[in-house]
Amino acid sequence: MELTLNHYLVLSAVLFAIGLIGVMRRKNLLMLFFATEILLNAVNVGMAAISHYRGDYTGQMFAFFIIAIAASEVAVGLGLLIVWYKRTGKIDLDQMTSMRG
Amino acid sequence: MEIYLYTALFSPLVGSLITALFGASRKTYFTGILASGLLFASFVSSLILLTYVMAGHTVHVEMMTWIATGDLYIPFGFVVDQVSVTMMMVVTTVSTVVHIYSIGYMSHDKGFNRFFSYLSAFVFSMMVLVMSDNFLGLFIGWEGVGLCSWLLIGFWYHKESATWAANEAFIMNRIADLAMLIGIFMIYWNLGSLQYDVVFAHISSLPMPIITWIGIFLFIGAMGKSAQFPLHTWLADAMEGPTPVSALIHAATMVTAGVYLVVRANPIYSEIPDVGNAIASLGAFVAMFAATMALVNRDMKRIIAYSTLSQLGYMFVAAGLGAYWVALFHLMAHAFFKALLFLGAGNVMHAMHDELDPFKMGGLKTSMKWTWILMTLASVALAGIYPLAGFFSKDLILEVAFVEQHYILYTVLLLTAGMTAFYSFRLVALIFHGDKRHLEHGIHPHEAYTFMLYAMAPLAILAVIAGMVFKTPYYQMVTQLLPAVQYHIHNHTTFWIMTIGTQLFVILAIAYAYKKYAKAVKVDKKVESGFFYQLLYNQYYIPKIYDEVFSKPYLQLSKLAWKQIDLRIVDATVDGIANIIYQTGEKTHTMQDGNLSSMLRWMVIGVVVLLVLAVAFTAGYNAVNLRAM
Repeated sequence: MELTLNHYLVLSAVLFAIGLIGVMRRKNLLMLFFATEILLNAVNVGMAAISHYRGDYTGQMFAFFIIAIAASEVAVGLGLLIVWYKRTGKIDLDQMTSMRG
Repeated sequence: MEIYLYTALFSPLVGSLITALFGASRKTYFTGILASGLLFASFVSSLILLTYVMAGHTVHVEMMTWIATGDLYIPFGFVVDQVSVTMMMVVTTVSTVVHIYSIGYMSHDKGFNRFFSYLSAFVFSMMVLVMSDNFLGLFIGWEGVGLCSWLLIGFWYHKESATWAANEAFIMNRIADLAMLIGIFMIYWNLGSLQYDVVFAHISSLPMPIITWIGIFLFIGAMGKSAQFPLHTWLADAMEGPTPVSALIHAATMVTAGVYLVVRANPIYSEIPDVGNAIASLGAFVAMFAATMALVNRDMKRIIAYSTLSQLGYMFVAAGLGAYWVALFHLMAHAFFKALLFLGAGNVMHAMHDELDPFKMGGLKTSMKWTWILMTLASVALAGIYPLAGFFSKDLILEVAFVEQHYILYTVLLLTAGMTAFYSFRLVALIFHGDKRHLEHGIHPHEAYTFMLYAMAPLAILAVIAGMVFKTPYYQMVTQLLPAVQYHIHNHTTFWIMTIGTQLFVILAIAYAYKKYAKAVKVDKKVESGFFYQLLYNQYYIPKIYDEVFSKPYLQLSKLAWKQIDLRIVDATVDGIANIIYQTGEKTHTMQDGNLSSMLRWMVIGVVVLLVLAVAFTAGYNAVNLRAM
């Protein structure tokens, strides 16, 4: 059996769904970051697949950009997470409620 | 000559602007003297222009372009010709006198500086009105004098009645001005120009109904400004303003603007004699109508105001019958003696501490000798006794009516002349003769400042000589522009019977007034409670009728609009929108609970909703467009 575009897109969609569920359900901030990475990479898979399918490299280029931006985002996010952990000793989402309206 | 034209026109404006700078500061005589001085400069310039025009020239300047769009071209143009120079002389003479007089009259008033600013602004507007060489410039001056009239009637704005009268005058004039604007639009629509010379040269090429409508609409404008029936009620109420204002604006100049308009537009009215007859009939009606109200009124200034109204009626009779130069001549003569009468009344008011009821005065001739002489002189001139101004101008209008064979008009005007004499001398007799009734009210009268009397002197001289001396040179000058029609009664016997008869009739009326009021004033209860007396005393109930027919329903309508439409519909809609937004916020703010996890959930829901919408709309759009293709 040959891998077609649809296989990649289904993989992308499944990954995205997993990431989305993770974003919605996880209470640990670290796990939330993992879920976000899954979301981003799900999109990357889709982009690369369509780019290959259409013979247009723009999609792959965008995938690279997204990887780079995701890396920097994680770097900043983990930095904040460490500071938060040092100050409170916890990384539980339910206790981060200082923005209550 | 242009420099004189500009001086005559703009020095009142300069005076007004400079005094306006001091409007809020304390009283300084400097402002009054400056404004009067600049007015005098304007007067001298007008006099020089008069000699120039008398020599047979005219001045026509185009100062600058005003409106130039497409085919519409209207310059700020000014013309000094035989008609406008007459008006300029009247305006500047009377206003100079009134300015100087006001320095004394207003000397105890807090708003002294403000008063002079308004008064000079009025003179400027009036000069624009009479000097403009097109209808739109005339309209600007027309509105300008209306505005200044409003400011000056309501000068004592803390008085409820004054502000009410000011608004009444303004609103009534707006109604008439609308008609006048329509007339001006019609002229432009049909002739493509508003310049007098172009319009008058081509007016006869228009179809008859259009000329008629133009004439009617312009005359409605004139009716408002000149307070002709049925737009007359504002003039008597305008007496709430300071007396010099009544003398200048509501007797000598502004109210005659309507007559000026008809005289100026004489080529239009010459085309439509039927409208002219209607104007003359209305004029005669107003002359009598106003004179009857003056017979019984108990307010000194209102009596003189009704007299003004009546004399304006005379002028419209002359103008309507095509005797334009006679109308303008009576306008001039009337301005002099009526201003004099008002200024005299101002002296009396000051002496009487603003008491206006002549029945509470009496015997003032001992304490106010000069005012008595001046007012008697003015009244004699108004009554038309030979050889004062009124004889030459007013009796000429009677002759016009007779020669033109409008015998009904003639009879009405003759009766009115008798009434005029009666109410004028009723006033003089009540104020200056008889018992000193004012002593009961603890008032000790004193004569006005000497310089005020000197200021009035030029008017007194003019009231005496204006008819006798000016008539011939004036006729020669003004008929270069206006139709030169001599109104002579060819039959000598008829002429003498008429002249002497009129004089005798007038003198009898005067004698009757003196007999009835000069000694003791007996109040005849039976007459006073009679129907006619009450009818006249209440001004034919017209103010009441207007109140019932127009004011009160309008008030009801306004209340309805306020309570039902504004509060219930407009306000409710606005409040409703605000409420919906507020309630939405109130209901949904719990969403913002600060929990990152739940916010992320909301975000996901939002993305899903947007996605669904995007897909749905794209699908719908494609469906519609593909079908169309």
